[in-house]
Amino acid sequence: MDLNPQTSMEKVTTRTTNEANKSAADTREAVIEMSHAKKSFGSKVVLEDVCMVLHRGENLVVLGKSGSGKSVNIKLITGMLVQDSGSVKVFGNEVKDLGEVELKALRIRIGFLFQSGALFDSMTVRQNMEFPLTRVLKLRDQAEIDQRVDEMLTSVGLLDAAAKTPSELSGGQRKRIGLARTLIMKPEIMLYDEPTTGLDPITSREISSLILEMQQKYQTSSVIITHDMACAKITADRIIVLNDGRFIAEGTYEELESSKDDLIQHFFK
Amino acid sequence: MTLALPKSLTRPIESAGDQALFLTSFFRNMFRSGFEWNETIRQCFIVGYKSIGLVGITGFILGFVLTLQSVPTMKEFGAVSFVPSMVAISVIREIGPVIIALICAGKIASSIGAELGSMNVSEQIEAMDVMGANPMQYLVVTRIIACTLMVPLLTVLADGLALMGGWVAANISGKMNIMLYFNKSFTTLAFTDLVPAVIKTFFFGFAIGFIGCYKGYNSDKGTESVGLAANAAVVSASLWVIVLDAIAVQLTSVFAYGS
Repeated sequence: MDLNPQTSMEKVTTRTTNEANKSAADTREAVIEMSHAKKSFGSKVVLEDVCMVLHRGENLVVLGKSGSGKSVNIKLITGMLVQDSGSVKVFGNEVKDLGEVELKALRIRIGFLFQSGALFDSMTVRQNMEFPLTRVLKLRDQAEIDQRVDEMLTSVGLLDAAAKTPSELSGGQRKRIGLARTLIMKPEIMLYDEPTTGLDPITSREISSLILEMQQKYQTSSVIITHDMACAKITADRIIVLNDGRFIAEGTYEELESSKDDLIQHFFK
Repeated sequence: MTLALPKSLTRPIESAGDQALFLTSFFRNMFRSGFEWNETIRQCFIVGYKSIGLVGITGFILGFVLTLQSVPTMKEFGAVSFVPSMVAISVIREIGPVIIALICAGKIASSIGAELGSMNVSEQIEAMDVMGANPMQYLVVTRIIACTLMVPLLTVLADGLALMGGWVAANISGKMNIMLYFNKSFTTLAFTDLVPAVIKTFFFGFAIGFIGCYKGYNSDKGTESVGLAANAAVVSASLWVIVLDAIAVQLTSVFAYGS
């Protein structure tokens, strides 16, 4: 199976996605399997013949310039968008075939950190944290809810911000709270949509380190969409490069860094 | 050969279909388990309590101005004593419900449209959806129900204050006892004046909530869309109030007055 038969990026010195998938699939459980997925909006093709595998406990970074289809890629995984053709399986279930109830059950196992943090403006930080516990997990024991909220806010170092509203927080704090709100559901898979965009380099590094720390603490498997190489370096076990809707290269940070391909080198400059 | 219809023709059809789906989704989620009682009460507070000032002042001035404007003309016909009845019937039957619904369309539909529009732009609605919560149930059902319940109450309040305004104006043009004024107002009012007028306000409230939610929930991405959603919500909700009123008047004529 050749992912990109027509692309000039075949010359990339890193392994192909296919080879990597085959070798890894033998040893580790795949939690996400995307196979020949295509997605278009009208006449604009956003994803074309995309194949991707995420293994349990792995941090996979999807690298690509703006508009390359990175966000669409992870929205297919959550069922927020449906592919035109191909297959997207999460925990072995074909996402587009899931009914409303099954999709909800699947989404509870997946955490999604939005680029903006997507905190609910009308609620305080504590109410934001309680929202998924009371509305999704239907917890009623206030003591348990408080304990989980406090534990998670402590994990991201923002326990003292519990009474604040999102408008009183900085960009980095909003990302931390967004991460905490997602992790409070104890998801098995975390999807990060450009987690460091719009942050200064120091805060970006803090968020990247926090992602890694949380991944190790809560044993999640993660897909991190980014074009921030510092974030990729800190968080990635494996990197896939997306260009014009196709995956063009795959490898570790070091492997891609030594690539001779111009496009890939642009990310490292 | 495929025939491509012009967008000016297909867009309204698509929009009508979208609204029909949104309406279906509203009813489906309204009767689904896990109804958001607390959020509905909070929305009733926002929609109802926070509109009392505006609606109250509008209602009072409505009755006040109507009386002041009517007295000179009625005097010419020697019919000043009919002013309280005339104000009561016109306010309760028609002017009160329509004016208050239009005021609510301006205040409530725009506020809902802007709020949900900004939630859409900042990915808050998507965040709710992707975490497995039900944004239709939490955001839309609660707001539409709050509008449906609160607009009639606000109208009744405004009608009462309009009668008070009428009495104040009647006292400016000539002295009139409050008991006499209200006695004259209510003696000519029939059950068929009050009930259809109140019933139609439930539909006005529903239309205001529905349009506000639909425009906000389905706004485009981008900050400009928030303003557009709020604006479209006011325009559409106001139009729907007028259309529903025309239908209600026809139905009332047939069923209540038998003409």
